Amino acid sequence: MRLRNVYYYIREAFQSILRNSWLSVASVGVVAVSLLILGSSLLLVLNASNVAANLEASVEISLFLKDNTTPAQIKNLEDRLKNTPGVVQVEFVTKQRALEEMKKNLGDNKDILAGLEEKNPLPDAFRIKTQSVDQVVPLAQQLEGLEQVEQVRYGQGVVENLMTFSRWVRTAGMVTMVLLGVAAVFLIATTIRLSVFARRREIGVMKFLGATNWFIRFPFLLEGMFLGLAGSLLAVIVVYYGYFSLIGSIQVSLPFMQLVSDRRLIMPLMEGLLIMGLVIGAAGSMISVHRFLKA
Amino acid sequence: MIHFYNVTKIYPGGIKALTDVTLHIQKGEFVFLVGPSGAGKSTLTKLIYREELPTRGQVLFNGKNVTRMRPREVPYLRRKIGMVFQDFRLLPQKTVFENVAFAMEVTGASGREIKKSVPRVLDMVGLASKAGVFPGHLSGGEQQRVSIARAIVNNPVLIIADEPTGNLDPETSWELMKLFLDINRRGTTIIMATHAQDIVDAMKKRVIELAGGRVVRDEKEGTYRYEA
Repeated sequence: MRLRNVYYYIREAFQSILRNSWLSVASVGVVAVSLLILGSSLLLVLNASNVAANLEASVEISLFLKDNTTPAQIKNLEDRLKNTPGVVQVEFVTKQRALEEMKKNLGDNKDILAGLEEKNPLPDAFRIKTQSVDQVVPLAQQLEGLEQVEQVRYGQGVVENLMTFSRWVRTAGMVTMVLLGVAAVFLIATTIRLSVFARRREIGVMKFLGATNWFIRFPFLLEGMFLGLAGSLLAVIVVYYGYFSLIGSIQVSLPFMQLVSDRRLIMPLMEGLLIMGLVIGAAGSMISVHRFLKA
Repeated sequence: MIHFYNVTKIYPGGIKALTDVTLHIQKGEFVFLVGPSGAGKSTLTKLIYREELPTRGQVLFNGKNVTRMRPREVPYLRRKIGMVFQDFRLLPQKTVFENVAFAMEVTGASGREIKKSVPRVLDMVGLASKAGVFPGHLSGGEQQRVSIARAIVNNPVLIIADEPTGNLDPETSWELMKLFLDINRRGTTIIMATHAQDIVDAMKKRVIELAGGRVVRDEKEGTYRYEA
């Protein structure tokens, strides 16, 4: 590609956009709407997987010990737990501390527990966190067999449901993303095809004048990329400001709902949308021009 | 310069456009292609600029085998050939100047070269004063002059004209013929498909007559119809 053609390509692309202004607006709109839906579902997935991750992080195994366990046995058990693969955190909770925590949780009703200090019925326990939720169930089964272990609790049932839920959220998110991306490419391809069709005479003239295929293609490619970028920019602005104003109003009315507001997580998503727009525009115009150059 | 060796062209659907055509055209010649509609005149020209590929046989242009040319070489072949059509094929949204300049832009010519060459050829075809006008505001004859200017601006070695006067009145047709003669005198080969009997008869140029896809007559100083 020659440098002196660049001016020609840009001029042609913008002339075409202005000449087919309604078509251009339609294309930008199509990209904007597609990416708006895509962006919103991405944010939804982001939040859903965030919720899932938070829930996962709070899953822990409680290992209740028998009443007659000696301090040496406790020390021994702790070392053993810390060296088990998949275990990231081991915390020993004495029966006194367990009682304190129980009182704190009960708040004003803590009087129920009055008098229990002398004869504390709660057992000593270990609280264990694993690297991922997947490891909780097998680990718990493994720990049940240890001596001095009275009982193992890890929210039986809940963990299994949580794992299914987060797997489902991730798969559904991926499928939605791919489907919407493909749909956007074909919508853009259709609109650019109209623009190519409107200029089929010009393409015919270019061909008998001896224009190379790339010379013919390039203005359309630029046009498509520009329209795609314009559409995605529009979508990004709407999604970004829409989302942060949603966060603002939710913080007031539903303070317990925690939406992801970390810009370090949101910004790559927005950049991704912009690049998506560019790629969709380029892909769409390549598909459309290709068919005309063949004929 | 142009050689056809046993060229047969059958279009999809079995329509036989050319049958076993062998002919040679020298550099600097002025050749009329005559014959009824559907005789294969357009197909013959399309084989030269590789709009179509022959079903059998070989086509050579300037020593290069057009039939075996790779697709990416085709644009460079076409830059050596100026094309003039019955329906002009000008771009309505571009001015006269821009239409002619377009042929140069396509080849990647610089703005300086364009500013130098376009006025020169517009002057040659007598349209220097209409450079800024859109084709829609010109008469048919003037539009065809623009397309001739566009065809010659890249100094082609060959001009292919497919019924260039088909839509024009006799007087205008004659003026255009003078222009083509002028271009031919400068050394450019011209192949012209036409139905204009009086022009062919008066010009006394080589005439190749096609009928049913075969060359039925090839005369040095021929006329439109065969004279026994």
